[in-house]
Amino acid sequence: MMAETKLELTRKDRMSVAWRSQFLQGSWNYERMQNVGWAYAMIPAIKKLYKSKEDRSAALQRHLEFFNTHPYVASPILGVTLALEEERANGAAIDDTAIQGVKIGMMGPLAGIGDPVFWFTVRPILGALGASLAMSGNILGPILFFVLWNIIRMAFIWYTQEFGYKAGSAITQDLSGGLLKDITKGASILGMFILAVLVERWVSIKFILGLPAKKLSEGAYIKFPNGNVSGTELQRILSEQASGLSLTKLAPNTLQSNLDSLIPGLMGLLLTFLAMWLLKKKVSPITMIIGIFIFGIVMHALKIM
Amino acid sequence: MSVIAIVLVVIIAFFAGMEGILDEFQIHQPLVSATLIGLVTGHLTAGIILGGTLQMVALGWANIGAAVAPDVALASVASSIIMVKGGDFSGTGIAVAYASAIPLAVAGLFLTMLVRTIAVGLTHGADAAAKEGKISTIERLHLFALLLQGLRIAIPAALLIAVPASAVRSALTAMPEWLTGGMAIGGGMVVAVGYALVINMMATREVWPFFAIGFALAAVSQLTLIALGAIGLALALIYINLSKMGGNNNGGGSNGGGDPVGDILNKY
Repeated sequence: MMAETKLELTRKDRMSVAWRSQFLQGSWNYERMQNVGWAYAMIPAIKKLYKSKEDRSAALQRHLEFFNTHPYVASPILGVTLALEEERANGAAIDDTAIQGVKIGMMGPLAGIGDPVFWFTVRPILGALGASLAMSGNILGPILFFVLWNIIRMAFIWYTQEFGYKAGSAITQDLSGGLLKDITKGASILGMFILAVLVERWVSIKFILGLPAKKLSEGAYIKFPNGNVSGTELQRILSEQASGLSLTKLAPNTLQSNLDSLIPGLMGLLLTFLAMWLLKKKVSPITMIIGIFIFGIVMHALKIM
Repeated sequence: MSVIAIVLVVIIAFFAGMEGILDEFQIHQPLVSATLIGLVTGHLTAGIILGGTLQMVALGWANIGAAVAPDVALASVASSIIMVKGGDFSGTGIAVAYASAIPLAVAGLFLTMLVRTIAVGLTHGADAAAKEGKISTIERLHLFALLLQGLRIAIPAALLIAVPASAVRSALTAMPEWLTGGMAIGGGMVVAVGYALVINMMATREVWPFFAIGFALAAVSQLTLIALGAIGLALALIYINLSKMGGNNNGGGSNGGGDPVGDILNKY
């Protein structure tokens, strides 16, 4: 039952698939993960390519197999699968295993790109940018985050799906190519750099514990004359004060100021390292979060922080 | 809260719940959902600030593979409702609402897992429908699972709204200073866990130096986040281009480019 004219997926069909791919994780389940979502995204193409009940049933069943990847990089895989299904509907000998093989073969490596690029680079950076504006009550923060994120995301899913569709199965070869490797490496460099910035700026640990005051040496504080102050003396005092001399002979001294003189943010960095180490020891992040709150409450009650 | 505001908050909660699993538009991120709840309840600025504060904590939370991160959607929706009902829109009120979000985020985890388990049954329904070639049944099952994910946040939100405001307020004011102050301090530190998750995911020996550069430069408070982003991007581009040059020049060379940048440095 070969069709007279070549069956073809139009741009409109492909856009419909791209739109539906946004609901990929809607019925995420512990058995086959994104399988129903994947089938849901493929449905416009299945409807277009297969007309008989048997063909449709077979197509639905092969697209309900296990599938799980990063939700956005599913798009290039969808593109390739669309190309394969189109060939198959036109009579090419592409069997179920080939299609399943392409899906499984691509989902792992591509998830390895999607997670660091989107979850660990783009979202933290846009999120931190938006949050730092929002924390001062600036409405631009949420707007920037929302708009920029969705422009990037939608452009990505549409163009990579088109790329996958045009490249067909050739895309699998490109995965080992240099471009994607460069992108992943570039993302992890930028990501690590920004993470360090975030650790320094946003992990806030402040000790309020006071240490014995420091005695300042002669000349580091302003000498106030006894009795009345003449004009010239007042001038000297004010200029000394302006040049940053201490008002008292004893300088207040806190644990925090000593730590800050090493490098600001040091304690936050150490806490982050501790958390990394505990994570490697398989301590659950949730235990750690609760632990940190308890620690904060205890330290505050003891007037140390 | 007026009736309209309540309906709108529940609708936002519903969308946040769906987005929490879809992870596409990012409506469930605190920055967006807390702002929206602030907007519909008439406390826009407080909502934005709460959203920003909570966003800083949630930066590193991501669903990887089958693992689920603490539930950002429930955390941001519930803490916004707590803030609005508590009626304190100063820094302290926001800090308390934000700290209360963390245990809720953990509790939300169980709801997510529950819905994901229910969805297993729906998958089997989809299998049966596929055998019959019933396309619309599969579509309905899929959207039904999504609906459940929306209700996962909308129902707790509605329950939280139903609790009288005076009860929320008195519960919040009954908290002693050592507790609220301590929670605020804990909130400042807890961000580290999120960052640690991300760093563990990305760190290789090759990229650690960039972490060191970032940390040192961040101490210069005049550099804004955008400026630092530009520096980071430039460093990444320079590094990738340099490693390529190394690869091209020494590709077949005697010391066989395991460390292209090292090779370049040696040449100088």
